[in-house]
Amino acid sequence: MNLQEIVNSLSLEVQTPELDLTREVTGGYVSDLLSDVIGNTSQGNLWITLQIHLNIVAVASLKGLSGIILVNNRKPDADTLTRAVAENIPVMTCALPTFELVGRLYALGLRCR
Amino acid sequence: MNNIEEGVFFLTGKDFTNAGAASSSLKGVLEKRGVQQDIIRRTAIAAFEAEMNVIIYAVAGMMKYRITETEISVTIQDMGQGIPNIELAMTEGYSTAPDYIREMGFGSGMGLPNIKKSTDRFVINSVVGEGTTLEFLIRLTNADKEQA
Repeated sequence: MNLQEIVNSLSLEVQTPELDLTREVTGGYVSDLLSDVIGNTSQGNLWITLQIHLNIVAVASLKGLSGIILVNNRKPDADTLTRAVAENIPVMTCALPTFELVGRLYALGLRCR
Repeated sequence: MNNIEEGVFFLTGKDFTNAGAASSSLKGVLEKRGVQQDIIRRTAIAAFEAEMNVIIYAVAGMMKYRITETEISVTIQDMGQGIPNIELAMTEGYSTAPDYIREMGFGSGMGLPNIKKSTDRFVINSVVGEGTTLEFLIRLTNADKEQA
């Protein structure tokens, strides 16, 4: 599945309009613990979290994740976005709480893999 | 062996702005060398966890790496508070991180266990009040993990 299709289907707000979203999303992962994400995600996974500080970009970049969705209307720190653009990690936001968002991603066919 | 590559990165405690930069650079070195994906993944996990420990707990430190034809060895040495009980620190879920660190999603007590799981050899030495030295090795050949 393509990140652009997911963004369109769920009306996610893209916080990094500079970045191309036509990239393959291999699966999804939810966690707010960085070690959990470091240890358990695969390349191309889409990461759902409520963490908004810039270290999430370092984690996503290191693991080659396809993007980060911030839930519950949380807005990323300014330096998070600067880093995200520099590292080519798309950051999206949405008003939904995690449970609702993940339910919709699952319905779209996304799995944890 | 003549194809040996070495390097060092310096780490500054509490510098969350550049946290992860050393691990990311090391990953870049391995990618450029054409190292197998799974080995890069394991090295990146271990290096990141070790780097974050220095950022979170120590005043300063350094990450040295050496890549040969057969293995990647990484040493992370810091000037920090040291670990009083290494066995306890190795327990999954055990952490001494302050609340603000935990709120950032660090300090979940998974760091050292993650390093151990990702590497073929892992040695940690610490002196309370002086610092901690952590060494890990990942084999490039015969990917079977050594039994601890």
